[in-house]
Amino acid sequence: MRARAAYIYVRGEFYNEARNLQAAIDQAYDAGLIGRNACGSGYDFDVYLHRGAGAYICGEETALLESLEGKKGQPRLKPPFPAGVGLYGCPTTVNNVESIAVVPTILRRGPEWFAGLGRPKNAGTKLFCISGHVNNPCNVEEELGIPLRELIDKHAGGVIGGWDNLLGVIPGGSSVPVLPKAICDDVLMDFDSLREVRSGLGTAAVIVMNKSTDIVRAIARLSYFYKHESCGQCTPCREGTGWMWRVMERMVRGEADVEEIDVLEEVSRQIEGHTICALGDAAAWPVQGLIRHFRPEMERRIAARKAGQPVVPTAQAAE
Amino acid sequence: MPKLTVDGIEVEVPPGTSVLQACEAAGAEVPRFCYHDRLSVAGNCRMCLVEMEKAPKPIASCAFPASEGMVIHTKSEVARKAQKGTMEFLLINHPLDCPICDQGGECDLQDQAMAYGWHSSRYTENKRAVTDKYMGPLIKTIMTRCIHCTRCVRFATEIAGVSEMGMLNRGENAEITTYLENALASELSANVIDLCPVGALTSKPYAFVSRPWELKKVESIDVMDAVGSNIRIDARGQEVLRVLPRLHEDINEEWISDKTRYACDGLKRQRLDRPYVRRDGKLQPASWAEAFAAIATRLNGLKGSEIAAIAGDAVDAESMYALKRLMTALGSPNIDCRQDGARLGGGPRAGWLFNTTIAGIEDADALLLIGTNPRWEAALVNARIRKRWLRGRFPIGLVGQPVDLTYDYDHLGAGAQSLSEIADGSHRFAEVLKAAKKPMLVIGSGALARADGAAVLAAARAIAEGFGMIQPDSVDEDGETVAGWNGFNVLHSAASRVAGLDMGFLPGEGGADVAGILAGARSGAIKLVYLLAADEIDTEALGDAFVVYQGHHGDKGAHRADVVLPGAAYTEKDGLYVNTEGRVQMGFAATFPLGEAREDWKIVRALSDAVGHTLPFDDLVALRQALMAEYDTFAAIDTIEPAPWGAFGAAGALEEAPFGSPIENFYMTDPISRASKTMAECTEVFSLRRQPVATGTHG
Repeated sequence: MRARAAYIYVRGEFYNEARNLQAAIDQAYDAGLIGRNACGSGYDFDVYLHRGAGAYICGEETALLESLEGKKGQPRLKPPFPAGVGLYGCPTTVNNVESIAVVPTILRRGPEWFAGLGRPKNAGTKLFCISGHVNNPCNVEEELGIPLRELIDKHAGGVIGGWDNLLGVIPGGSSVPVLPKAICDDVLMDFDSLREVRSGLGTAAVIVMNKSTDIVRAIARLSYFYKHESCGQCTPCREGTGWMWRVMERMVRGEADVEEIDVLEEVSRQIEGHTICALGDAAAWPVQGLIRHFRPEMERRIAARKAGQPVVPTAQAAE
Repeated sequence: MPKLTVDGIEVEVPPGTSVLQACEAAGAEVPRFCYHDRLSVAGNCRMCLVEMEKAPKPIASCAFPASEGMVIHTKSEVARKAQKGTMEFLLINHPLDCPICDQGGECDLQDQAMAYGWHSSRYTENKRAVTDKYMGPLIKTIMTRCIHCTRCVRFATEIAGVSEMGMLNRGENAEITTYLENALASELSANVIDLCPVGALTSKPYAFVSRPWELKKVESIDVMDAVGSNIRIDARGQEVLRVLPRLHEDINEEWISDKTRYACDGLKRQRLDRPYVRRDGKLQPASWAEAFAAIATRLNGLKGSEIAAIAGDAVDAESMYALKRLMTALGSPNIDCRQDGARLGGGPRAGWLFNTTIAGIEDADALLLIGTNPRWEAALVNARIRKRWLRGRFPIGLVGQPVDLTYDYDHLGAGAQSLSEIADGSHRFAEVLKAAKKPMLVIGSGALARADGAAVLAAARAIAEGFGMIQPDSVDEDGETVAGWNGFNVLHSAASRVAGLDMGFLPGEGGADVAGILAGARSGAIKLVYLLAADEIDTEALGDAFVVYQGHHGDKGAHRADVVLPGAAYTEKDGLYVNTEGRVQMGFAATFPLGEAREDWKIVRALSDAVGHTLPFDDLVALRQALMAEYDTFAAIDTIEPAPWGAFGAAGALEEAPFGSPIENFYMTDPISRASKTMAECTEVFSLRRQPVATGTHG
């Protein structure tokens, strides 16, 4: 690639992680692995660590570049793509540290080994971060295409209260649509499988929710997060995320009409695909997933409210 | 040249064109808010989304480069849905207070909502409210209406060169504001009002004054500086309510300075609306006949050399020409149009023009400023210099007092000493000029309006000739004519100056210039001085001379006058003006002269009759014909003829004193702006740096 410099951007909250990483970089410099005449190759290569200020949007590659340049983290228009015009106007490739970190192993064990893991077109390994209602939340590197149930049972100690107590799983970080238990039973954890069930692997941050979860409230919290993290640059996301969140808050309490579920769905469609970066999509998908799989729950609350009954989540209502 | 299809129409566009521009070329209308021809592309309003075949989602046409074989649909279901969706989002937090909004009737959001909006809102939550910001005496803010298109931010940063505007906070809490609630300190600030597509930034002095459809709109020429900005004067009845910019690519593009825009309220104050004659030491109202009779009586028996005339800074060419003819008829050589005393005029026309032209600045590759502060003397020339500077590789040097410009420059020295060093090649900037292919220099009246002005002018000419700034047309190897280059430029600050110099409104054989006239008046050698709207001279120095003042404002000249003849301001008469480039432009009357006042040429014509030297023109057409027959440069309206080069200036000793600036306060330079309340407020805030005690959001 003939790159002369690498920048590692670490989210501001990860203070200790950044310190440790900086210590590692310093050691690498001392050992002559990087810097002037790296590894005795005659090639100069510098590695810089940059701590962000904790904005979610700075994970978007062009917002990250803006932030690296010392500006407010707002995504850039594409084209031009960073490969053409990136950091300080230079050609830049932006990758997750996760992707780069697997390179030494691939070089050591050969590409055939890496491609042999997982299914065709979905080869390799992935870092899964399993959180939520599991007995043993953890980070684990696994082969792509592992069944979701196996992933949870094998590494996270299973769902709290057993698999039958599962309500749903968000398989790829907060931005992808939630999957109900019926799909979770046999879905495989790779890109194509999850796309087939209209969700996505995303960052492979698996959020497990058992039946104690108020699913509408959970998604409303995600809507609040996206409203809060929207950079405010482009219209659909700036205005739409706040709208969705407010409607979602009412949906939690059942203070809505059934038709408003359709309005909410349509608003999410008006955001999706119309924004500068993918944060608009990320804000829309959780709501779409909720409506797709848990619409009866939303309608039940609205009906309960209209009938003057207490509005509580299904699981609590059953008790 | 990429070829693409827009709504079934095939168009070929130059490389680098955006899809939005290609759509326009194909005649398709694409709605937009953030996109503006002269600003960088932000792509944030998402209103211009169109469908591109083979793309997974609609594209922002303003930011997407047009390329070969694209198939674009601007009215398909996908495109329409995206546009309507964006419009709905824009309106959910917009207050929809059109009935009380000053933008009503000329609002992009209002217009586009008609075409792309829903019939009613589906948004039932509370709307967002945003605290209004203080942006100075010119810009009124109602930030709840803001749609965050960032046009104002981009204008301030890119064109005006002040990075004082920006967006605070994130998401739906994003707000546009100025830095620490300070007034937007730019002489071009009010252009953001025109740029704002909604009613968030509106004109403070014009607040709740009128609706656009009540106004009579007249296209005219500005006289606040020598740029000759193209303006539109909006009047209701007899009142000029506002001045707006009009597009002229070669002069002001689509911007105007704040003075041009806001001095118009000075047209309502301090006006002369009837003739006055001084009796018993006091100016008493009189009839036109009495006023003329008083002048005729005083003229009776005076020799030509005892009469003098000075033309003001904002008068039209016709009235100057009429006055010149009258003075010639009276036998007087004592006429001058250079109130500031600049040592210009005579010799080749190139010696007093901005030869490079304003648009030509964009072709230059090095610039030497001499005794000028273009930011104040000609704000739009300054904007053009900045535009060129932003493209890079444009070294700028300044000889004169250091000034605050909107671009970086190399301060080369304060006075004539540095000029000589550059001329003889010993100064470091000489190398820069030598290396440039199209260098230019701009000399201002700060360097010319002094005793050694002619020598400074000659030194500037020597630099121009010595550093390849004067290149005649040439023929290249293929036999094609290569246009020449003239990098010698005089930057005037008075709208009437070039016309005056072009028609030789200068001392005749043995005649006195402004300084000579004042000296003569003091000594008694000159007994009658005719001031044609000339207020920028030391009227105290006129001694016992009989002073006739013809003009529109009760300013310095009128106070000293023995007879006051009420004339017309630039908004009240048709007239020719020649800008600093030598471009002749025609201004038109938007209202009638006030009260008994008359167009200025008519007054001179009537006076000529009263004093027995009737001028041979009875209407403006005949006057213009006579003017153009005598001075043919006036016949070429709005065209630039390269002026032939020649020798001008005069050898002489250069003085040590640093070059000053003729303008101390940008906001008050002429009788109209001095009478303006708005300009007084600007002076307070920007020139004297007195912020109002409490701004909108101070506790």
